[in-house]
Amino acid sequence: MPGDRETDIIRMLSADLAPVRRLASPGWRAAAWLAGVVLLALPLSLLGDVQGMIHRLGAAPDMTLAAIGSALTAILAAIAAFQLTLPDRKAAWALLPLPAAALWIGASGFGCFRNWIVADTHVASMRETMDCLTFILAISIPLSLLLILMLRRGYSLRPNLTAVIGGLACASAAATLLNFIHPFDAAVTDLVVHAIAVGLVVVVIRFIGGRLLADKRISASAM
Amino acid sequence: MAETQTSSLADETDRRRSALMAAAQTGDRTAYEALLRDCLPMIRLVIRRQGVAPDSIDDVVQETLLTLHRARHTYDPARSFNAWLATIARRRAIDEQRFRGRRMLREDHDPGALEDYPDLKPDADALVTEQSRMTLVSTAMQSLTPRQREAIEQLALRDRSLAEASLATGRSKGSLKVNLHRALHTLREKLAGKD
Repeated sequence: MPGDRETDIIRMLSADLAPVRRLASPGWRAAAWLAGVVLLALPLSLLGDVQGMIHRLGAAPDMTLAAIGSALTAILAAIAAFQLTLPDRKAAWALLPLPAAALWIGASGFGCFRNWIVADTHVASMRETMDCLTFILAISIPLSLLLILMLRRGYSLRPNLTAVIGGLACASAAATLLNFIHPFDAAVTDLVVHAIAVGLVVVVIRFIGGRLLADKRISASAM
Repeated sequence: MAETQTSSLADETDRRRSALMAAAQTGDRTAYEALLRDCLPMIRLVIRRQGVAPDSIDDVVQETLLTLHRARHTYDPARSFNAWLATIARRRAIDEQRFRGRRMLREDHDPGALEDYPDLKPDADALVTEQSRMTLVSTAMQSLTPRQREAIEQLALRDRSLAEASLATGRSKGSLKVNLHRALHTLREKLAGKD
C-alpha cells in the first residue's frame, strides 16, 4: 500500500499530466543534427578550395584516413550522444565513437612525421595554426548550440557523459570541415593546435552542456 | 514449468504497464495514476536491492517517480517498460548513495559536541528577544535572493521534502539544496552580525 506522501505525489503528478510528443529515434535525431553540419559545410565548400582539398587528400593517404576518421567520429559520437539521452540506454554507448577516434588520432599522428619524410611539405606558420584553432572553435559554437538544444529534448541520466560525447561530435565535425579551408599539409605544430582546439571544445561543452542537460525544469522537458 | 509461468506473468505485466504508459503519453490521467500505483512495489524492490539505507528509501521512491514524470516522453512503447523504469530507479538510488557518501565525508555525527563545547558568544535567543525577533529575521530574509527565499519557504517553513518542493517550484532538487544551504549561510551571517 502506498504511503500518504506517495499517494500525494502520485495525485500531484497525475494532476500535472499533459500529453507529450514522443521522441524520435536516436538515429533520426543524429541524422537531423548531421544535416545541420552539412548545411554549414555548403557555404564553406563554396568559400574553400574543394579541388585543392581533393588534390591534397589524394596525395596524402594518411590525411585522407584522418578526414574519414574525424567524419566517422562525428557521426558515431552524435548517435552515441542521442542514445545517452534515453534513460534506459547503457553507458557503453559512449564507446561507440572510440574506434573512429583512434583512426582519426592515429592517422593525424602519422602526419607529425610528414615534414621529415616528404621534402617539399609546407609547414604551417604560427599564424596559420592559430587560424585553425579559431576555425575549430568558431565552427563548434553553432554546432554545439544546436546539439545541446536537441539533446535537451531527451532526458539523460548521465548528463556529463552525454555532454562529453556531444562535445566530441562537435569538435570532430568542426575538424572535418576544417579540411575545406586548410591550404597546407599538417605538421607537428598544426596537429598539436588541432588537438588543443578539440580538447578545449570537449571540456567547455562538458561543463556548460553538462549543466544544461542536468538542470532541467519540468516545463522544459516534459510539458 | 513454474519458471515459464513466472516469465509469462512478468511479460504480461510489462505489456500492461507499457500500454498504460503509452496512454499516459497521450494525456490519460486515469491510466497514469493506475500505472504509478502499480509500479510502486517494483520501484521499492529495485531501490532496496541497490542497497539504499532504509531511511532514504521514501525519498528515492519520490525522486524516481519525479524522474519518470519528467522523462515520460522518452519512453518508446516498443521497448520494455519495466527495464526502462528499473534503470531510472537504479540510477536514482546510485545518486542518493553518492550524495549520502559525500555528506558522511563532510559531517561528523557527535551529539555530545554541543554540551562539551559551549558557545562563548552572547546568548542568541536573549538577544533576539531583546531586539524583536521577528524584525531581525524579516530584515535578514530581505537580504536573500528570490530563489533562496523560495527554498527556505518550501523546505523550512512548509516542511516539504526536496521532491515535493522540486515539483511545486519546478526547480531541480540540486538547485533547491544549494539555495537552501546558501540562504541558511546568509541568515546565519546576518543574525550573527547583530551581536
